Amino acid sequence: MHRSPHSTRRRFLGLAGGAAVLGAVPIVTVQPAKATPEMLASAIRNATNGATVKTGKVKLDVPPLVENGNTVPLTVSVNHPMAPEDHVTSIHIFNEKNPQPNVANFQLGPHSGRAQVSTRIRMADSQQIVAIARLSDGSFWSASVDVVVTLAACTEEAI
Amino acid sequence: MASALINVPAKAKRGDIIEIKTLMSHIMETGYRHLASGEIVPRDIVTSFACRFNGKEIFRADLFPAIAANPFITFFTTVTESGKFEFEWIGDRGLSETASASITVE
Repeated sequence: MHRSPHSTRRRFLGLAGGAAVLGAVPIVTVQPAKATPEMLASAIRNATNGATVKTGKVKLDVPPLVENGNTVPLTVSVNHPMAPEDHVTSIHIFNEKNPQPNVANFQLGPHSGRAQVSTRIRMADSQQIVAIARLSDGSFWSASVDVVVTLAACTEEAI
Repeated sequence: MASALINVPAKAKRGDIIEIKTLMSHIMETGYRHLASGEIVPRDIVTSFACRFNGKEIFRADLFPAIAANPFITFFTTVTESGKFEFEWIGDRGLSETASASITVE
């Protein structure tokens, strides 16, 4: 049975708002292994302490179309100087639909010279990837990319 | 057995920004997969990676199950003196692996 993310979100919001009808409860518990856009938003709030996140400065390099979700190359670079008084202190990567919204956190400093990190990630579904950079002045900047995945990770049975 | 691949330039000029590439051989079992019997395969991932240069931490990463198997991480650093990079991976089931690489700065 297929559920659109929209209807899941609507049910989740209904529950969170205290307006849950009994029928909505099983829906939430049946799909514990999938992050929702709300979980993404709350993971971002945790990382930023609720500060405003502006769009820009961050460049998220990830292929728009991925054949194998088990290993997706990803590079985040921040267009910002790395001076002792003004630099990028951390880079955070989030996803929308994997079981957990967090992907990785990286701690940098002025000695890094260049605010750029690369890694390889898993994607359980076609979804949005978000990268957020924290600057030493406490401001947050972000970039997001929609990625289409043909073969999803995590879903196959082991052995 | 876990093993690491490290790529650090052997030589650099003072003040150069160098790229460091690291790869740890590890299954990164997410803890979200099931056996055919329905049993969940327990999580076994690298949760943290750190790099120190001459004893001072220069880079740290927290990793989650969404990182692909054999976690590959690259980052940059400015070199001002010759010395030794030490890398450390910590994870589930008591995983603790280290590796090191030296650089000569002219």
